[in-house]
Amino acid sequence: MSEAKTGIDRETVDQVANFGGENYKYGFTTDIDADKAPNGLNADIIRFISAKKGEPEWLLEWRLDAFERWQTMQEPDWAHVDYPKIDYQDLCYYAAPKSMEDGPKSLDEVDPELLRTYEKLGIPLQEQEVLAGVRKVAVDAVFDSVSVGTTFREELAKAGVIFCSFSEAVKNHPDLVRKYLGSVVPQSDNYFAALNSAVFSDGSFVYIPPGVRCPMELSTYFRINEANTGQFERTLVIADRGSYVSYLEGCTAPMRDENQLHAAVVELVALEDAEIKYSTVQNWYPGDADGRGGIYNFVTKRGDCREARARISWTQVETGSAVTWKYPSCILRGDETVGEFYSIAISNNLQQVDSGTKMLHLGRNTSSKIISKGISAGRSSNAYRGQVSVHPKAANARNFTQCDSLLIGDKCAAHTVPYIEAKNISAVLEHEATTSKISGDQMFYCRQRGLDPEEAVALIVNGFCRDVLQNLPMEFAVEAQKLVGISLEGSVG
Amino acid sequence: MALLEIENLHAGVDDKAILNGFDLTIQAGEVHAIMGPNGSGKSTLSYLLAGRDGYEAQNGNVRFDGADLLDMEPEARAIAGMFLAFQYPLEIPGVTNMTFLRTALNAVRRGRGEDEMDPASFLRMVREKSRAMGVDDDMLKRPLNVGFSGGEKKRNEVLQMAVLEPRLAILDETDSGLDIDALQTVADGVNAMRSDARGMLVITHYQRLLDFIKPDFVHVMVHGRIVRSGGPELAEELERSGYGAYLGAETGGQGNEVGAAHA
Repeated sequence: MSEAKTGIDRETVDQVANFGGENYKYGFTTDIDADKAPNGLNADIIRFISAKKGEPEWLLEWRLDAFERWQTMQEPDWAHVDYPKIDYQDLCYYAAPKSMEDGPKSLDEVDPELLRTYEKLGIPLQEQEVLAGVRKVAVDAVFDSVSVGTTFREELAKAGVIFCSFSEAVKNHPDLVRKYLGSVVPQSDNYFAALNSAVFSDGSFVYIPPGVRCPMELSTYFRINEANTGQFERTLVIADRGSYVSYLEGCTAPMRDENQLHAAVVELVALEDAEIKYSTVQNWYPGDADGRGGIYNFVTKRGDCREARARISWTQVETGSAVTWKYPSCILRGDETVGEFYSIAISNNLQQVDSGTKMLHLGRNTSSKIISKGISAGRSSNAYRGQVSVHPKAANARNFTQCDSLLIGDKCAAHTVPYIEAKNISAVLEHEATTSKISGDQMFYCRQRGLDPEEAVALIVNGFCRDVLQNLPMEFAVEAQKLVGISLEGSVG
Repeated sequence: MALLEIENLHAGVDDKAILNGFDLTIQAGEVHAIMGPNGSGKSTLSYLLAGRDGYEAQNGNVRFDGADLLDMEPEARAIAGMFLAFQYPLEIPGVTNMTFLRTALNAVRRGRGEDEMDPASFLRMVREKSRAMGVDDDMLKRPLNVGFSGGEKKRNEVLQMAVLEPRLAILDETDSGLDIDALQTVADGVNAMRSDARGMLVITHYQRLLDFIKPDFVHVMVHGRIVRSGGPELAEELERSGYGAYLGAETGGQGNEVGAAHA
């Protein structure tokens, strides 16, 4: 029987080995004239970026301050990832389609080549008629360093919702930006956050006024196109008192042999009784089967439940990138605040993932929940790293953590690194963890019922991820479910 | 043409011979029972027929509907109409029973070049068939076999069989772990599926199941081959006298009677 089992595992391993990056659907490049900064990083480049964007003096100072701090910092090496040293002087920090030189235009004026790009990616940049049963989704599309358009702005404006590119927010809503920028992730928070603070180009800005329930899903779609260019977007979402917003971001990039750096910062602020649901479907180019190329995804995401009864929920489906370093976190500052983290991280071939969350309980009666599902295939490495920390004043803090790993084949690795610190005696913290393999018996059972190996693995993995997939907005759950199958394609058939 | 034709099948696991010149022919419309003591090779036979990895024939032929069965992947066998009701059905966490049934049915239909069944017709069909098997809505929504009792698992296997409507159903020790009421329900489900177009192979250690599912033919399997064949009365005889008489007899002349069952 053991031989029978090894046989099926062997087969799965071979199938995984056959899977190369060529299955990546979004690997095309768009041929478009770009306006690029010269390679290298210094104060002049930062002035160049700031001038390109016509920024006020305070923001330039803020960037230069971040740059100064970054120069004194060391690249972190504690994560369970391994990649060649990045030459920060050999990167381009700003690239924009030439046609966007005069800033965002109305959607009618956007370069048709760009519109075609988004169409190919399945992202509607026309404000399409709503199909029966499907809610509207407003989209902000970020191409390399700039936003090329945002849909449904007028309809959102009627509700008082501000949804625009970060650059526009700096121009049109400077007080809000100045008040909240860096208030959750300070400039010197970590090496990559400092780098982002110095050179960030564009991203999305969201403000939901008090008592408003945002009338549609908001989403930002990030696309890296230019070669040898980093993407450093900055997203800021503010939910004022008693408001609600659900926001989704998606990411893709062309297939290239060189690695590309993506170092984003996302800051969420939820005030009293406000709720933010933030979902990510990350599908950056993962590199090919031999680990050539792919995106380095070094991202800082943090939400601040700043006032009482605020709630922030992170949901992520991470399937892309060569190396991922990402820990969407919640600061539970207000009393009775709630933080949630639902994650699916899939690694195949030579992908490396070090991801997880931090839940910092500061207020009283705060609670948090962490559900993490890691799936490793090929020769990949997949680590969950999490911190649950209860402050001395955080009476009656409550955390539940469930951390499950699924292994496909016998050359991959799964690691779990939970840190739990309770400095208040009333805290109740639970941690559950499992590690399992797809068994040869399960595969045989499915195949005996007519499923080919690819369908069988997709079905079993989707079942494994079910608790998390259920938390995605309905519009994206189906897409994410398919993505889970595609990412493991070949492991599979 | 016979539905299933097994000729001189030899197979082993880890160098140990388990099937030893096994012959059996099943025509559409027939229900055959294989009875035998533990270790006689009954489960190996069912796994080999269904195509489980690690179970290879060293010699012999198996034709299913005229095609060379041993050349086919497990899913191709399922698509061709072979169904194995597992002795120990597997759990698949997070995948609801309903999702599994739909995925399986659509995979089989696609494999046969048919359209997938639309969701409304599917739901109607499953509801109807699950009622007959005493499978309620709650059980359809639960993850496949997770936390199911022994009886629920077996009823669920027969429900899958009813949904997939195979040409040949192999029931591997379907009676094991069932109380008398559950046995009746399972047997009713199987009997409801008897038809002129369908063959069944019921593998069991005990005669008890055959009181509920009346076979057309009964075969005694010992040391990897059939040593005696007969009608339903053979099962009753075994119940009285046990397998003792056969355990030393596998090299004897009783094998001649095998063909007689089909004469």
